[in-house]
Amino acid sequence: MIDWALIVESLPAYWRGLQVSLLLMLICISASFVLSVPLAIARVSPNPWLAKPVFLYTYVLRGTPLLVQLYMIYFGLAQFEWLRESAAWPLFRNAWFCAWLAFALNSTAYTTEILAGALRQTPSGELEAARSLGMSTAKIYRRILLPSAIRRALPQYGNELVMVMHATSIASAVTIVELTRTARDVYYNNLAPLEAFGLVAVFYFAITFTLVGIVKLLERRFLKHLQPKSADPAPTRP
Amino acid sequence: MSEIASNPARLTGQKLLVEGLYKRFGSVEVLEGVSLSAQSGDVIALIGSSGSGKSTVLRCLNLLEKPNAGRIVVSGEELKLVADRKGELGAADPAQLQRIRARLSMVFQQFNLWGHMTAIENIIEAPMHVLGLSKAEAIARAERYLDRVGVSHRKDAYPAHMSGGEQQRVAIARALAMEPEVMLFDEPTSALDPELVGEVLRVMRSLAEEGRTMLVVTHEMGFAREVANRVVFLHRGVIEEEGPPADVLGAPKSERLKAFLASSLK
Repeated sequence: MIDWALIVESLPAYWRGLQVSLLLMLICISASFVLSVPLAIARVSPNPWLAKPVFLYTYVLRGTPLLVQLYMIYFGLAQFEWLRESAAWPLFRNAWFCAWLAFALNSTAYTTEILAGALRQTPSGELEAARSLGMSTAKIYRRILLPSAIRRALPQYGNELVMVMHATSIASAVTIVELTRTARDVYYNNLAPLEAFGLVAVFYFAITFTLVGIVKLLERRFLKHLQPKSADPAPTRP
Repeated sequence: MSEIASNPARLTGQKLLVEGLYKRFGSVEVLEGVSLSAQSGDVIALIGSSGSGKSTVLRCLNLLEKPNAGRIVVSGEELKLVADRKGELGAADPAQLQRIRARLSMVFQQFNLWGHMTAIENIIEAPMHVLGLSKAEAIARAERYLDRVGVSHRKDAYPAHMSGGEQQRVAIARALAMEPEVMLFDEPTSALDPELVGEVLRVMRSLAEEGRTMLVVTHEMGFAREVANRVVFLHRGVIEEEGPPADVLGAPKSERLKAFLASSLK
């Protein structure tokens, strides 16, 4: 039998957990987006001194589990005496900072690869046209390459947002009371696994559903140019 | 040197001067000393079989390809070039290159419109962000040229939603909106379905009649004969014959040009 009373009773706790999860996700994706734009530009640069280090970074971060990365930052770095004595220690002692850093660095790696892929797909003719009209390299990036690449990357980036959302559950491993940790507490206190984890699944599903919906709206707005011709009013001859 | 070049150029209305253009791709010599000049109002058709280097000439003029040697002078201003490690010439001053490119706008075989922008956004982009026009001025200019090439009704369409002929006419409007000194056309009708070639050629003919200076790489012999005032025949990177269309196309001297014309009229 499902204990509906328990579910209703623990809803306020889940609501607080939801806010923590969403906040964590927002600060992580903001940081990763801001970081991944310049990194993606470096990643596709013909200059190996720019491209190779970024490749190494994304390769290492995509090649190791997020939980391990979080443990390394939260527990591992504490072993270094110089860090414990440095001015940065209050930050690295803080679970929120460590979770933010780990998730942001991890998501930056994936977002960089998504954006770099989209940048590489830019038709070379569009670049030549921009150059032939006298645009500077900086302007070509700002006006042509990035706007078209970010649009193209949107569907894949939507997946990345969902992945980051789900990854925030890992923050429960370093004492942050977000959705998953809330569910675990409810389970431990009441020994009602179905209610505790079933409810959290519903919450995650609702967020995912909303995120996918937002991305779909953005796609409709920003990917109009890739939609089939029928989306366009029939041309009229003059 | 540019001082000497600039003064007589202004007097004679010389828009473009290219001297001794050499270009190598790896070990293949594509251009072996091509020289050309265009006076104001000239319409020059560059013809030749594929691989003759005619598109490369055009692409070297605005440095989309880096020549290995040569001089490029646009309306009396010489493009300052420096050799890189591979022996290819690049712009010594990027700002000067951008300024000169803005005066030599190019129309491509594959249109090369920016896919995420509508027709009118494609046209106002460079006037706003290269020439520094205000948005209102750029839009007024864009509407004028869209009307000029006959695609006003498609101004809010994206390139993927337009026919090839419409896209190429928008691309011509984009080049016109820079109000360039010389327009470069790189096989502008070669990627079009046969029934769409005419609408683009009509626009180009009317531009020529306005007195615009145009350099046109083309396979359209009819266009070269009727619209150009000079035809240049390239073969293996050198100019084999050049002159008024009646002479070059009507009375070819070299065997190669005769063979080329015979095969292209088929």
